[in-house]
Amino acid sequence: MGITISNISKSYKNVKALQDISFDVKPGELFGLIGPDGAGKTTLFRILTTLLIANEGTATVVGFDVVADYKKIRNSVGYMPGKFSLYQDLTVEENLSFFATIFGTTIEENYDLIKDIYVQIEPFKDRRAGKLSGGMKQKLALCCALIHKPKVLFLDEPTTGVDPVSRKEFWDMLKRLQQKDITILVSTPYMDEAALCDRIALIQHGKILEIDTPQAIVKHYPKQIYNVRANNMYQLITSLNKYEHHHSVYPFGEFVHYTDNRADINPNDLILYLESNNLLDVEIAKTVATIEDTFMELAK
Amino acid sequence: MKRFIGFIKKEFYHIFRDRRSLFILFGMPIAQILLFGFAITNEINNVDIAILDHSKDATTKEIINKIASSKYFSTKQIINREEDIASVFKKGQVKAVLNFEKDFSKNLIKENKATIQIITDATDPNTANTISNYVNAILQKYQKELNKDITMVYQIVPETRMVYNPELKSVYMFVPGVMTIILMLVSAMMTSISITREKELGTMEILLVSPLKPIQVIIGKVFPYIFLSIINAAIIVMLSIFIFKMPVQGSLFLLGLESILFIISALALGILISTISATQQTAMMISLMALMLPVILLSGFIFPISSMPLPLQVISNIIPAKWFIIIIKGIMLKDVGLQFIWKETLILLGMTVFFMTLSVKKYKIRLE
Repeated sequence: MGITISNISKSYKNVKALQDISFDVKPGELFGLIGPDGAGKTTLFRILTTLLIANEGTATVVGFDVVADYKKIRNSVGYMPGKFSLYQDLTVEENLSFFATIFGTTIEENYDLIKDIYVQIEPFKDRRAGKLSGGMKQKLALCCALIHKPKVLFLDEPTTGVDPVSRKEFWDMLKRLQQKDITILVSTPYMDEAALCDRIALIQHGKILEIDTPQAIVKHYPKQIYNVRANNMYQLITSLNKYEHHHSVYPFGEFVHYTDNRADINPNDLILYLESNNLLDVEIAKTVATIEDTFMELAK
Repeated sequence: MKRFIGFIKKEFYHIFRDRRSLFILFGMPIAQILLFGFAITNEINNVDIAILDHSKDATTKEIINKIASSKYFSTKQIINREEDIASVFKKGQVKAVLNFEKDFSKNLIKENKATIQIITDATDPNTANTISNYVNAILQKYQKELNKDITMVYQIVPETRMVYNPELKSVYMFVPGVMTIILMLVSAMMTSISITREKELGTMEILLVSPLKPIQVIIGKVFPYIFLSIINAAIIVMLSIFIFKMPVQGSLFLLGLESILFIISALALGILISTISATQQTAMMISLMALMLPVILLSGFIFPISSMPLPLQVISNIIPAKWFIIIIKGIMLKDVGLQFIWKETLILLGMTVFFMTLSVKKYKIRLE
């Protein structure tokens, strides 16, 4: 009764947006679709919300086929597009009551569902939606997508362009919604948010790289990762990339995440090599893989 | 039904919160009707002329007086030399020069014949023509006065009577035309823009993923504009009655019904435009190019259809505005009832149904 996707492909003119995508989202699951811009996340969302028709493959949402039963799906899902899509010239309250009315309900009827979120924007209920801050806009959009008590919620990059505090609040809300038996499919380009999902699918160039729980995905990372730091970041990266045994080199905050081709390495060899490249204060330490590392490794 | 009302309420919020569009919506009809009524006219009034009088005798003075005292002309300049004619025209100070020959009175009495030259600036041919006709008329009237004692044997007296607009006021012709243009513009452009705006802002995406049916969205979009256009039509009719004293001979009720029919046909065109354009800009350009120009040029508003080349006459038949102008001219000026305009009404109705069906059919239930 959640979402099933089998062998979905979709191309625009000469771009293959999705290639043979298959996965299931279980009822009540918080499922994350993780991938960079242009990976095909929005296309998949639009197919599932009946806005686009796939070239190949089938999909069902709450048991209804996305093509044949599109009307039934439109009655029972909530959709929050990636671009802020509310009426900017309507106030917060007018937007919410408009969406309540077109779904044949009222704000009062489902108030308990949106209460936690709505109390935060209620002080601004007479303000025009266009004048809200980024985080507020997303909270309002979430309220509008929730007001008819959907069985499945589609959130396309809900936290893009939102400040870190609001992002955290937003994810707390999603967790709470999940407890109210709403299946949630959320997409994000932020790898740190992936860890908050029950299961995630890593997607790039229209292909699924891996599907699993965030913990399992991290655990499957095949190599030992080293945090490397030195006085000159740029030169550190170029030097590591020139190192004959290097496997991958990615900047990661103040460190560089480095993996080696050899099964067993002596960190001192690497320090000597880097110092011979005029780098100072070189530090090396073992670290655990993150989802970002996994993604980079898979996307290689 | 509740959904539908909620949708219409939202549309009204959009319209009333967008001050600029609202101003265009109601300011434009008033500005246009006043412009066409007062400024743009085929009549001539107070045209500046110059007089070159070589004889300066009693007769010429009397003629000059008659011309100057008419409301059509004002003698701006008296010139004395032939050479000055060219210079006053070049300076653009006058539109015409009346040149009386030497010994005008004497010639008239002795030879029964005197000549007066009317030179007009024909850079604007219509005005030049009108001026010379008016001067001729004044001269002929004077001539009659001179000859009133003499009875001529054979006389043909043409007696012209202009019906439906005896004073030949151009406003009678402009009001129906302007009303047509404004209803077309407001209805078609505003709806097409308001639908494409939803596409551009992404709200269409949410509306599609909702239980609203296409017909509900379309009628919800159209309804507020029917209402506003009716108000607009009423404003135009009232302005023409109270400011331009244009009598509405026929039934106001019939005029209202026919206007609503035309408004709906224009709205249907607006929806059709919105289905083929992705942005508000395109919608506006298409509305202007595909609707405004034909309405102005081919509807018979300014240029009579009967004098167009045949292909254009044929094309004019597919323009709803043409039929609407025939209908409202009939009702406003000739007091005709439905029995005389049922054919035009039926054509307009057919077009409306056709455009409506087409736009509901073309309305996309998905994004592509």
